[in-house]
Amino acid sequence: MTSPAPLVVGFVAATVLALTAACLLGSTPMGVERVLAALIGSGDAGDRLVVWEIRFPRALAAFLAGSALGASGAALQGLLRNPLAEPGVLGVSATASLAATFFLYYGFVSVAAWGLPVAAIAGALAATALIAFAAVHTRSIITLILIGIGIASFAGAAMSLLMNLAPHPYALSDMINWMLGSVANRSLDDIALAAPFLLCGLVVLYGTRRGLAALTLGEEAAAGVGLNLPRQRLATVLGAGLSTGASVALAGAIGFVGIVAPHIVRPLVAHDPARSLVPSALLAGLLLVLADIGVRLIQSEQELRLGVVAALVGAPVFVWIAVRRQAARD
Amino acid sequence: MTELIATGLTLRVGRATLVDGVSFCLRPGELVALLGPNGAGKSSLLRASLGLQKRSGGTATLGGRDSERLNPVTRARLVSYLPQIRSIAWPNVVRDVVALGRFSHGAAIGTLREADRAAVERALDACDLLHLANRRCDTLSGGELARLHCARAFAAEAPLLLADEPVGGLDPFHQFRVMDITRAFVGRGGGALVVLHDVALAARYAHRLLWMKDGRIVAHGTPDQTLTAERLAAIYGVRACVDGLRVALEGAA
Repeated sequence: MTSPAPLVVGFVAATVLALTAACLLGSTPMGVERVLAALIGSGDAGDRLVVWEIRFPRALAAFLAGSALGASGAALQGLLRNPLAEPGVLGVSATASLAATFFLYYGFVSVAAWGLPVAAIAGALAATALIAFAAVHTRSIITLILIGIGIASFAGAAMSLLMNLAPHPYALSDMINWMLGSVANRSLDDIALAAPFLLCGLVVLYGTRRGLAALTLGEEAAAGVGLNLPRQRLATVLGAGLSTGASVALAGAIGFVGIVAPHIVRPLVAHDPARSLVPSALLAGLLLVLADIGVRLIQSEQELRLGVVAALVGAPVFVWIAVRRQAARD
Repeated sequence: MTELIATGLTLRVGRATLVDGVSFCLRPGELVALLGPNGAGKSSLLRASLGLQKRSGGTATLGGRDSERLNPVTRARLVSYLPQIRSIAWPNVVRDVVALGRFSHGAAIGTLREADRAAVERALDACDLLHLANRRCDTLSGGELARLHCARAFAAEAPLLLADEPVGGLDPFHQFRVMDITRAFVGRGGGALVVLHDVALAARYAHRLLWMKDGRIVAHGTPDQTLTAERLAAIYGVRACVDGLRVALEGAA
């Protein structure tokens, strides 16, 4: 009844549909048969180019970035035992995008392309480790979220400083992309660069799932039932840092999807942090693919950024969860 | 036979000495009550003897092995631990929370093996929770929650149990019920060390009493031997009238 299997199958099917739908959209109108033919590798060479070089990478990037954020959100919520924990809220995404921008700004990318995801991951790991370290010393989740907000504000301020000092408008537009989050113009090469880190992070997080369930009892009792607490903390920080960092390297900082997806999934898996991990990742990926389709459907002079749309939907949900939690406690 | 044996156990945090050279043992088949005022170091003693908090001196062994060097899974199979802070982060159903007690046996909720499932049902039955097994734990009363935590601890089916104030905040009826459940566990061959604040309750249920103050064990023995009005005055600073195992507290000394 509460097995995640039907949920996983459903989300995978919906994702395949959404990815296909995303390939149908674009400035060149192409029919379903032409897109499907191009997707399976036959059909017109021009069609294949459009689908495989432009449309599919963009949709896949949205899915991968989303799934990393969904899994990180679900894992951090399990570790900190709070539904409001999420890479965006805790300042992890902002720090990652700051590190990536810094790397770009000083032109290190010309030295090594893989340095970009590495820089983003280093930023994400630093922020996640700081939060997890603080979590050992404080029992109050409010304090943790405040620390996260502090980290996010600092990263935002440093980002503004970099923008302030931006040498030319192109650099500025690059930075805005990092800050707001977008998957426009992503290529399969960009994905190939970030995906290994992202998948490593997801594998590490998947390995921590039983420990996340044990943490439901609180840290002391979880250690009592046999959880290796230091290892659990380290693995969650590492997994969330790797996948969030890679997600930021791919799509910039996209907030709140890591809160929304686990929040929808949790009641469907009997509130078990272990079983919510995979469906949360899939749903978050699906949500970003859909949001990106939305971004492309809305006609506007300047294309809307994916991260902006995600925040417009996600931030009210964040507030709603926070208010409801407060009401439940009183 | 799995025993918990502490010798000269000492725990210092910063400049404070929380546990000061404490020796005690816990064997299967006995119920030991740990008594003492707030801040006496009872919880710290439990954590240090389990190896969950790094001790500053002395030894503590579980089944003959240093408790600090045991890996968490092995430790959990030897002793169940019920800490004082008993929160449940998510609104899980009762049966799933009890199943978390099977962590050390490799169980994952939702895909329990037959042995794990049977242990969970036995624990639910022992704590009279079968009729509540599918209830969400955020809808339980205080007494039901206390039994839920006991069931979670018993589900591991470890030979020993260390429980930190398992009856804290419960009405007299539920205090008796939790103590009955604990005594039944001891009757099945388990060994339980229980932190209590109700001296009369401890005297009624425990085979032995450990009296703790300022980080030290100041007296140790059966209720007949160690429960006196003078002891209560020395340990808690209260005036009391003691008649056999009956205790009437009369006020602050």
